[in-house]
Amino acid sequence: MKISVQDLSVRLAGKVVLDQVNLQIPTHKVTALIGPSGCGKSSLLRSFNRMNELLDDTETRGEVWLDQLNIYQDGIDLAELRRRVGIVFQKPNPFPQSVYENVAFGLRLQGVNSPRQLDELVEAALVKAALWQEVKDRLYENALTLSGGQQQRLVIARAIAIEPEVLLLDEPASALDPISTLKIEELIYELKQHYTIVIVTHNMQQAARVSDFTAFMNMGRVVEFDATNKIFTDPQQAQTEDYITGRFG
Amino acid sequence: MDKLNLSKHISSQFNEELEQIRNHVMSMGGLIERQLFDALNAIANGDSDLAQEVMANDLKVDDWEIQIDKECTRMIAKRQPAASDLRLIMSILKSISDLERIGDETKRIAKVALESFNSDQQDLLVNLENMGRHVGQMLHDVLDAFARMDVEAALAVHKEDKKIDREYEAITRQLMTYMIEDPRSIPKVMNVLWSARSLERIGDRCKNLAEYIIFFVKGKVVRHVSHEKLEEQLRGD
Repeated sequence: MKISVQDLSVRLAGKVVLDQVNLQIPTHKVTALIGPSGCGKSSLLRSFNRMNELLDDTETRGEVWLDQLNIYQDGIDLAELRRRVGIVFQKPNPFPQSVYENVAFGLRLQGVNSPRQLDELVEAALVKAALWQEVKDRLYENALTLSGGQQQRLVIARAIAIEPEVLLLDEPASALDPISTLKIEELIYELKQHYTIVIVTHNMQQAARVSDFTAFMNMGRVVEFDATNKIFTDPQQAQTEDYITGRFG
Repeated sequence: MDKLNLSKHISSQFNEELEQIRNHVMSMGGLIERQLFDALNAIANGDSDLAQEVMANDLKVDDWEIQIDKECTRMIAKRQPAASDLRLIMSILKSISDLERIGDETKRIAKVALESFNSDQQDLLVNLENMGRHVGQMLHDVLDAFARMDVEAALAVHKEDKKIDREYEAITRQLMTYMIEDPRSIPKVMNVLWSARSLERIGDRCKNLAEYIIFFVKGKVVRHVSHEKLEEQLRGD
């Protein structure tokens, strides 16, 4: 198990968003978090690198273990934690700089300064993100000139350039057209060989396509967690069944 | 039926399409049930007109299979059914192919009615008729179980198949005796034997249908297991 969540409860501005969640995220697999809006799936995702704390008035109880490390214990180096656990959001958010600089940014922060080494690492990240072929002649153009799908893959390249162990994807394809979405899904499949991936998605078919495991959440709780093959053919909980067959509510 | 919430989708169109497919399977089943009934009556009464009608009606059975097949394909393409919806569609796709084969067997049975049997040979037909009624009841019960998605009723049908197999063995033995006693009767007796064989196959297919119902409701693949094992598996729930 890469991440182990134990009795995690989170309140945002006094409201319970996660209620005693227990969950095990397997290493080098894709785990999808699905559930209706407001079920707590994004909050759970953000608790994996303590992004929730960037919001005001957050109260977290319980434990989240990243391998042997309880990331909620005192004295955690948050910058190091977020290097190990990268995150990509719904809307592509490249910096308004060149394609190259977007990927090199995190590497420079880590102290990589040799131009040759930077070139190599930037190329490697872009190759891994399946973007290299499309941008190799545009490395010094502004990243905002790329298409939405390319921007999203650039952001993923930026995230993986610093060699994280876990990649959190929060609705990574919901702002993209169907073909770009398929490219992202294919990328997720490629990336899971090297990273543990957790994806939040509203698109159930996407969860079914890309993930190995699925957690169905509702009202701040994990209702059911199982192999994706099982969840989409024979879920054990009536709530899960209702949600994935479109009978919810 | 609606303990299975088939009509509870947010999309009313999805509900309607699913309901329509189910209704079509019921219509197809009803037609086949009538076909079998008519075929058996045709034999009992030596009614060759009725037998011809049964044979002609088999085309309608084939049409149903093709239509329901298309509807299921469309459903998968457009609605991406999951969980119980997916199991229902898979069960229906398998069921209609078994139903279509039951139709074919029925046609074969009807052919026997085209033969004329003298009064001595009428005896041959009595046991066939009894076995036919039994299989007809089994078909009726499994279609009923499908309509209600009733696992207990499906289990009962599943169990019944063994009895059909024994009846088939008994008829085979009886017909062999006839053939030994009167070799001139062999061509006709063979026809009766083929019909008995068809009935036995219909029994097997009813058992398949029962298994698809169990798969849909319980999510368990119960093919290729004995009835005892199957009961054990279901009790394990």
